[in-house]
Amino acid sequence: MPDTHTPSSSRIACTVNGGPVALDVAPHALLLDVLRDRLDLKGAKRSCDLQVCGACTVLVDGAPVSACTYLAVEADGRDVLTVEGLGVPGALHPLQAAFVEHGALQCGFCTAGMLLTAKALLDEEPDPTPEQVAHFLRGSLCRCTGYKKIVEAILSCATTPSGAPR
Amino acid sequence: MSGLRPFALHRPDTLDEAIDLLEQHGDEAMIYAGGTELLILLKAGLVRPRRLVDVKRLPRLREVAEAGDDLVIGATVAHRDVERSAAVRRRCPLVAEVARHVANVRVRNVGTVGGNLAFADPHSDLATLFLIFDATVELRGRSGARALALGDFIQGPYETARADGQILTAVRLHAWPAGTAGAYVKYGVYERPTLGVAAALFPAASGRPAELRLAAGCIGPRPQRLGRTEAAARGLDPRTIGERADELAALAAVEVDPMSDLHGSAEYKREMTRVFVRRALAVAAGRAQGAEAHARYAHTVVV
Repeated sequence: MPDTHTPSSSRIACTVNGGPVALDVAPHALLLDVLRDRLDLKGAKRSCDLQVCGACTVLVDGAPVSACTYLAVEADGRDVLTVEGLGVPGALHPLQAAFVEHGALQCGFCTAGMLLTAKALLDEEPDPTPEQVAHFLRGSLCRCTGYKKIVEAILSCATTPSGAPR
Repeated sequence: MSGLRPFALHRPDTLDEAIDLLEQHGDEAMIYAGGTELLILLKAGLVRPRRLVDVKRLPRLREVAEAGDDLVIGATVAHRDVERSAAVRRRCPLVAEVARHVANVRVRNVGTVGGNLAFADPHSDLATLFLIFDATVELRGRSGARALALGDFIQGPYETARADGQILTAVRLHAWPAGTAGAYVKYGVYERPTLGVAAALFPAASGRPAELRLAAGCIGPRPQRLGRTEAAARGLDPRTIGERADELAALAAVEVDPMSDLHGSAEYKREMTRVFVRRALAVAAGRAQGAEAHARYAHTVVV
């Protein structure tokens, strides 16, 4: 059945990775598609598409959201951070350096989401307990590492670092 | 590629405007708040609204307020805001703690209390918990406001008593008297819980006997207050409830109305109800006597 209903796009203005972005998006456009297909930011991944896995995690005003289930128009006036804005080769964010040092990744598919989720945690709780890290990472699935090294890498970035790499 | 079919998005600034939009567009329109449930249904093509009416700009709906002995949580308050609300922590601390364990942090940042209740997903924590706070939901439509007991509002899986054109604006919880000990225990290996049990032990007070409040959720078509088990425990002090937890849990297992689904058979859920009611009663009875529970069970959150 043809759908002749064509709602108009609206203009959104937001900050993405520290820089201003203005673009027209349709009401039904998902943030993940806008980031990946319009802004060529491929760090956030589509995986479960149900908000259970965390591979599409980005920060909106500092809070983790599932970009796969978040309308792009909601980003209007807000600050979006993807893994591309966290650090770059040669100038890694401390969490990225810690993930490398601790071997906290294997295939890498979950890593962008893990890093951003960890950043959000440390921004609100700079000195988390291992339990707080595990609690915050619930819903961020890794199928390679078994999480131990991820938790250790995050704890090594706390104000009272622990879990030196082995 | 986006999995969503096109729709128009309306973003009214007032409740009246939102109600008008719903009246005007009828079946074409759906209410949109956090979208954590709705957008998944849209992606799956299970619902195909041509219009969404965003209620997040409606001012009063974002507030948490204390009113006498009540705590009023606006419909678009996000789970994370419940978790961190000073008013919630003061009036109904168990609610803040349970909010901390809803789904995952991304869902909690975006998903709303009202959306959770109005969606009536049977595998949800809040409705079960709110039943032991004698919660009422507040609805607004063109013909005015009405309040409805939460147990009457939720009619079945994904079914509520909300009429077309009505907006759920808030849920009102009756705070417990001082000295009440509560517990919420949930079990599940999937993202959504398989079972949730909420229990509260009210102390005896002038002319009123001690009281057990007990609800079980996720196992049946809708969360259930277990009135017969509550009646059997009426007047019992916490120590006796702890001692008779086995017997009360067996009663609860008879009283629930479980249904088979992907989480397990009805028979399995009845048995799990027995096990987890016993555990929840032990936790609450322990707390009432000043002892925190340290028992840990696999795939179980004890709040």
